[in-house]
Amino acid sequence: MDNKKEILVSAIDNGTVIDHVPTDSLYQVIRILGLERYNDEVLMGNYLASGKLGRKGIVKIRNKHFSVDEVNKIALVAPFASIIDIEDYKVVRKYQAEIPDHIDNCVRCANPKCITNAEVVPTRFDVVDKENLKLRCHYCEKFTTKETMKFTE
Amino acid sequence: MSTLKGRNLISITDFSRDEYIEVLDIAEEFEKNPKQKILSDKVVATLFFEPSTRTRLSFESAANQLGARIIGFSDPGGTSVQKGETLHDTIVMVSSYSDLIVMRNPKEGSSRYASEVASVPVINAGDGANQHPTQCMLDLYSIRKTQGTLENLNIAMVGDLKYGRTVHSLVQAMCNFNATFHLVSPTELKLPSSVKMSIKNAGLKYYQYTDLREIIPTADIIYMTRVQRERFPDPMEYERVKDSCILTASMLQGCKDNMRILHPLPRVNEITTDVDSTPYAYYFQQAQNGVYVRQALMAAILGAR
Ligand SMILES: [Zn+2]
Repeated sequence: MDNKKEILVSAIDNGTVIDHVPTDSLYQVIRILGLERYNDEVLMGNYLASGKLGRKGIVKIRNKHFSVDEVNKIALVAPFASIIDIEDYKVVRKYQAEIPDHIDNCVRCANPKCITNAEVVPTRFDVVDKENLKLRCHYCEKFTTKETMKFTE
Repeated sequence: MSTLKGRNLISITDFSRDEYIEVLDIAEEFEKNPKQKILSDKVVATLFFEPSTRTRLSFESAANQLGARIIGFSDPGGTSVQKGETLHDTIVMVSSYSDLIVMRNPKEGSSRYASEVASVPVINAGDGANQHPTQCMLDLYSIRKTQGTLENLNIAMVGDLKYGRTVHSLVQAMCNFNATFHLVSPTELKLPSSVKMSIKNAGLKYYQYTDLREIIPTADIIYMTRVQRERFPDPMEYERVKDSCILTASMLQGCKDNMRILHPLPRVNEITTDVDSTPYAYYFQQAQNGVYVRQALMAAILGAR
């Protein structure tokens, strides 16, 4: 199983591996982490066999180490993702993404009348319910939920 | 010196219970003696990105009576805003000309954003359907003035409890004062669960009704709001429920002597005119109290109290 993974998505010498991403969230994870504009190797695999999820996505980002706050945002779409820091081909840290208490920038407010949708204002949310994923906009005070959640470009 | 000096008032929850009381105490002083030129060296900007004559005149009258000079606009037509200037740039510019900004803007959250951009304090005079905290402060003032206290009252909220922002703010504010809430509305327009949660979290009780008559004998305050036809997808449904939230003079038999009726105004037909001459009608005085409360807020925020 591990061998198969290595064949599909090769190992990196230094950087971050994000494992156990739901297959339908892989591209959102890439967007949330801003990897579309990352100028080094990014390796991706999707629909890989996984004992935990059946099928999963995986991303490996070479020469990039995220802060916990930065990477925790992906828990919005990939609540069971594992974050693995690699240095010199060795795992130096491994942890689960956790939904943070505050989310800045990456989510759009679902309220069309919100100032953040009218002008270039970075969004800010308080997470009021982690289990059901409910965010309260710092500006308009309205809720954005899993069903209405969209991510900024 | 007040803890309110230099503060913004964007949402009613920005102030503590003690700060509400402080504002009401100062407002009481201005009611006794409204013309005090204590802000004669200050400039107050009133920026109305949508017209609201009632609210603007109340703020400008308050500023005038304190001797402040007023700059601003009553609607964005003909200003740089209409030419596409961002809110950010307007606020930065106005900050340099004024000591305090009073802003009304239809975009929700615009006042919070303005307060983060401005170098002077901002008072929210309404940001769309979101918040209108000075309305809430004048409601509190009116309740305390008519009841002699804010504590342990039976507060009936009537009408559109779902969309009415004044209702949500007042419920949140009254949660600080051990109120019992009586919520009267058509089933389609019940108080949102998030606001009911604030009541529960404060350890207080609420009761829900669909007929206004049920709360007449217990209420200390009846807070009326308008039920708008547009809120009902089915016009038949509106016809069916519209009379259940209309208050007439004959319904007031058996109410408490101290009971007073409030309404954020303008009213349409939800309080019939025969109520106006009863001793229970307080909605016109309530609007007048807005000037004293706005005087108090400006004086405290500008450090003159
Ligand atoms: Zn918002």
